[in-house]
Amino acid sequence: MKSSRRSFLRGTFGGAAVGVGLPFLDCFLNDSGTALASGAPIPVRFGSWFWGLGHTPGRGIAMDGKPEITFLEETQPLVPYKNDLTYFNAFNTPLDGRPSAVHFSGWVAAKTGNVPRSFGDTPLPTLDVIIADEIGSDTRFRSLDLSGTGSARDSYTFRNSTSRNAADVSPIAFYQRVFGSGFVDPNQADFKPAPSVMVRSSVLSAVHEESKDFIKTLGASDRARMDEYFTSIRQLEHQLDLQMEKPEVSEACRIPTPPPEEEALGIELDVAQNNHKLLTEILVMALACNQTRVFNMLYSQALSLLRMRGESFTHHTLTHEEPIDSELGYQRRVAELHVYSMEALATFIQAFKNIREGDGTLLDNTLIFANSDTGNSRVHSVDNIPIMLIGSAGGRLKTGLHIAGNGDPVSRIGLTTLQAMGIPVGSWGTGSLETSRVISEVLV
Amino acid sequence: MSKHVKKLSVACLIAVTFTLSGCGESEPLTEGGEPQLRRLTEQQYRNTIRDVFGSNIIIAGRFDPLERIDGLLAVGASSATITPAALERYEALGRSIALQVVDGHNRKVIVPCEPVSNSASDTACAEQFVSTVGRFLFRRPLTDAEQSLYVKIAGSAGDTLGSFYDGLAYGLTGMLVSPKFLYVNETIEPDPEARGLHRLDGYSKATRLSFLLWNTTPDNALLSAAQNGELGTEKGLETQFNRMMASSRIEHGLESFFEDMLEFERFDLIEKDPVIYPAFVLDVADDAKEQTLRTLTHLLLEEELDYRDIFTSRKTFISGPLGPIYRARVENPTGWAPYEFPEGSPWAGVHTHLSFQALFSHPGKSSPTLRGQAVREHLLCQKIPEPPGDVDFSNFNDDANPINRTARQRLSVHNQEASCAGCHKLMDPIGLAMEQFDGAGQFRTKENDTPIDTSGELDGITYTNAVGLGQALHDNPSAPACVTNRLYAYAAGRSPVNSERQWMGFLEEKFAGTGYKIPELLKEIVLSEAFYRVLPPSLDTTSADASETQPLAAKEEKS
Repeated sequence: MKSSRRSFLRGTFGGAAVGVGLPFLDCFLNDSGTALASGAPIPVRFGSWFWGLGHTPGRGIAMDGKPEITFLEETQPLVPYKNDLTYFNAFNTPLDGRPSAVHFSGWVAAKTGNVPRSFGDTPLPTLDVIIADEIGSDTRFRSLDLSGTGSARDSYTFRNSTSRNAADVSPIAFYQRVFGSGFVDPNQADFKPAPSVMVRSSVLSAVHEESKDFIKTLGASDRARMDEYFTSIRQLEHQLDLQMEKPEVSEACRIPTPPPEEEALGIELDVAQNNHKLLTEILVMALACNQTRVFNMLYSQALSLLRMRGESFTHHTLTHEEPIDSELGYQRRVAELHVYSMEALATFIQAFKNIREGDGTLLDNTLIFANSDTGNSRVHSVDNIPIMLIGSAGGRLKTGLHIAGNGDPVSRIGLTTLQAMGIPVGSWGTGSLETSRVISEVLV
Repeated sequence: MSKHVKKLSVACLIAVTFTLSGCGESEPLTEGGEPQLRRLTEQQYRNTIRDVFGSNIIIAGRFDPLERIDGLLAVGASSATITPAALERYEALGRSIALQVVDGHNRKVIVPCEPVSNSASDTACAEQFVSTVGRFLFRRPLTDAEQSLYVKIAGSAGDTLGSFYDGLAYGLTGMLVSPKFLYVNETIEPDPEARGLHRLDGYSKATRLSFLLWNTTPDNALLSAAQNGELGTEKGLETQFNRMMASSRIEHGLESFFEDMLEFERFDLIEKDPVIYPAFVLDVADDAKEQTLRTLTHLLLEEELDYRDIFTSRKTFISGPLGPIYRARVENPTGWAPYEFPEGSPWAGVHTHLSFQALFSHPGKSSPTLRGQAVREHLLCQKIPEPPGDVDFSNFNDDANPINRTARQRLSVHNQEASCAGCHKLMDPIGLAMEQFDGAGQFRTKENDTPIDTSGELDGITYTNAVGLGQALHDNPSAPACVTNRLYAYAAGRSPVNSERQWMGFLEEKFAGTGYKIPELLKEIVLSEAFYRVLPPSLDTTSADASETQPLAAKEEKS
């Protein structure tokens, strides 16, 4: 089909074709020999999962220095998955004299290796964007970015301060986007691309070519923005090109049940949890059907606005305004909401484990970077932010470990993540976060 | 020669850098900032499609949010990118719009010709359509190359799909995903009346005027005025300004500005707990927003009141859903009616409206801090520093504590922490004046059975309640200066740059001289030369002159 499209292009718009390469990236194959039925290797996926406000100090996991994880009260929902994840604690975020932008500096440093100068200052890309640049271009979607909170702004993935990826928040709209009219079932027997897809791709090619002169009149910063536009148009062309080829068979792929037509969006706990679950169910099948290899899921904002119905305080305001229970020694309602966060993470992990893929599960072929924004939300601490690496990245990552950082920079976890995903990077981070020391204990 | 701008000699140009004295009351000569590349806002996109193709076209899609920069989304639009996911959405939306445009019913109205055959391409008809529509979408006539391309797309796609109209739809889709539509790109020309300086060309002027006054793409008259050079003269500008101000569209244009300035996009996500605030239903939220916008346009456009009166006026509009909230008798329960709060009522000024109170509160409780911050940042353009990174909240107690029954009492405990007190004292005395409005904007006199004390002080002026706060805002010189700054930034798509400091001072004085009338402020901006003055774009981000083009706020913060 590619050749016919190119002929179409040459014959119509003067040869504005763009080369298309569609093989799996073999540099990310695992060593265990798991493969799709067709013999092609199973791809390794990367994603992030975020929750706000961390754990109550002393109630997350035991900081006992032991190599195995001892889950405490607030992480009990993760016990069934203790062999599927590695938990990192006692990694710090040196600010290098920069002010701590509360509920911002911590997660930005963990995801970009750079401490922001102020709110909104995110000059460097998040881990998922770095990885998507390597492995995200050969699927229909470069990445899928989701939030259960109902707001497209609740998305912690960006290339720089002005290029942020907005979140999909509506399960119905997300379902339509992935499994609607543009979806090609990899397991269908006969394949016949729609002529309109070829036309759409060609239109984009032509607009792309014609718009190049646009950049000549622009200043330097606007040129950079137009470069991003051109990257986007190339990506969309590529997505359409993929729809003109018979996709690789994927035995794990099943078109999921559409979400209910009536939906509520928002920050009420039950609503947000339900949407997180619905979005997760669509996401895992999007991964199994090879629609994307990179994803981001936000369960709650750094400054979590989740709240229970009838409760005047949000999760965040409770962390500052609920008194410490004199008998329990901690904030009771805050702790309760922290547990809900871990229950949501458990739901997320289980959804990946539910999908059989090759000899294992989708989780075995995925690496999930799960983190929060603060080590102690009550005092806005950016040290000891809870971070987990979940899944074994196709056999590249050990799981079931407890890694104590002893105050090492948090960027060591990011560097390790990049290397586990096969990104050729020797050091990562800026200032005191710059590091070339991977956490070798977790790499296979 | 403009009557507003007497051309200044080089000597005078140097002089106005320091003082206006000796140069009369002429507009200070500026160099301007760089031209902007602004991504269309959601409303601008929607308005453009509606105005070009008619209101039958359904625009069913989601738009990526803009970042708020220097207090405005309109400024954020000048930094906005289009990510892969965003372009995917634009393409789907563009295709949906294009297919509606050529469907059996709409094409009879929109497509200016009929093809020789419905099942094959027709270059002549496609050319008519592309040139007509393209002029409004690109906000200028298409170049020959552009015209040729989109006609060619329409023809080739039509032949491939066996349908003239389907082909036309793909030609239109191409225009709707083009950066030339999605971005407003300002183009410049040497200013023939000021050697060495540059100004926007006619089409970019037309575009600025149109988005400022109507928040939509330029209409035929405006584009024609650009084409024949009328916008290069003050008379031509004034003709267009008067025409646009006489249109009812100016109301929507001004509403769009205040929606941005007051952060009303938050209404898209506003949530109130149905158990705590059962009266705050969707109709109430929608009408709360509309009430404030109707009030503003009525007071400022129809009555042409002093801008500062928006903080004291009891005049407003009321609808059925809002009646119970304001304890008002509603004559027309199915529509809107003018209404005046009774003298002595707790409501006077837009800051007491349900919209403001509900928007700057938590889902289940009021927030003196959020309200105070909103007044400082949105109405007075004063930036509140971010909260400190290490706070000891151990003194803080909850509502159930018998000692701290009201927000004032709770905040007083909070502010025992010195690192908090510095900023909270800028916000809390303002917000506490509005504490008689709960988190959903309903009036109350007690919290937890304890009388609410609404006394406070704003920049040296004391008051006893929210109405008194309104008078303090009315008398605060930062309020008119703020709206001047925001309106200019909204119009230009950027904050005033350092080299425009003199010009902004001049504009504020002019605004004061007109009795703080918004239409006069708009006129002053539109008929000025400063508004259209631009620097050639810098090709080097490390330009030595970069400091001169920094936003004023950024400079001041650093100093």
